[in-house]
Amino acid sequence: MDIDISGARILIQIPELGGFMLTETVVVTWVVMLVLVLCCRFMTKNLQVHPTQKRQIVAEWLVTSVRDLVQTNMGARYADTWYVPFIGAMFALSAGCSLSSLVGAYAPTSDLSTVLGWALFVFALITWTKIKTNGLRGYLRDFTTPIPIMTPFNIIGEIATPVSMAFRHFGNIASGSVITALVYGALTALSGLILGLLPGAAGELLSQIPVFSFGLPAILSLYFDFFSSVLQAFIFCMLTMMYVGGAASTGE
Amino acid sequence: MDTSILAKAIVCGCSALGAGVSMIGGLGPGIGEGYAVGKALESIARQPELKGTITTTMFMGCAVAETTGLYSLIIALLLLFVNPFTGLF
Repeated sequence: MDIDISGARILIQIPELGGFMLTETVVVTWVVMLVLVLCCRFMTKNLQVHPTQKRQIVAEWLVTSVRDLVQTNMGARYADTWYVPFIGAMFALSAGCSLSSLVGAYAPTSDLSTVLGWALFVFALITWTKIKTNGLRGYLRDFTTPIPIMTPFNIIGEIATPVSMAFRHFGNIASGSVITALVYGALTALSGLILGLLPGAAGELLSQIPVFSFGLPAILSLYFDFFSSVLQAFIFCMLTMMYVGGAASTGE
Repeated sequence: MDTSILAKAIVCGCSALGAGVSMIGGLGPGIGEGYAVGKALESIARQPELKGTITTTMFMGCAVAETTGLYSLIIALLLLFVNPFTGLF
């Protein structure tokens, strides 16, 4: 029995470009992006004022629901800004990356680099919004509230935002894949052990077939791959909206 | 016996133990999320018309409460798969 728990495989390595590595993470992310772009192109093809095709109704429903979500969580003044497509794209990319484990590919979100990149981008967005709202002086003064001695703790709290966002997303998806791998290994070992008790050649033959790893992992996969993926994408977007909305509302 | 091998064995064993011990941190989010879901169910029973909002807020709260448990999970994963202490000897 061998259980393979490893990170993303390195597909191509180019030492001439400073050790540039093309990992599975990047390739699967490209594929997911391509699928999303093709999906968008397909759904917005041949738009009409009075929709006659099902795909236009679905596209309109998606856009309206993302717009409503942004409006509810960030306020009405963000309803028609670029935050709506940004949140929608972020949700689609995150969910698509996590759901790619359903087809057996490596989920790019179970690589810390992917989600840390997104979280750092969101952190830059939060800081930019804070500086835009309060000015640089106001932003720096916020660190000394309520009393100046709290400054180190405020700085730690500020750094904890992207770290916790990244670790939350990464931890959920990566723990799901680790647990699924362990359960597969355990069930394979169990079926080998029990069917190996059968006498003769039949037992030897049957113990090679992992009978027990059929069925039960599908339920786990439904939780870890499907529910958890969509939930984490949703939570990442909700937290982004809440942090940015909160950053924009300070000082009002 | 070579002492460096012994030292490595001790470090590996202690890393595995530490990974297991760090996952005790999973208790906290479990209890906390249980409370959150219980309270959410109570509110849904009281006001079924607010089911959507309550469920969304509950999932948000659960996700944030999960963070501490995930920190311990990441420490466990680091100890098991990255082995930061084996390079010391």
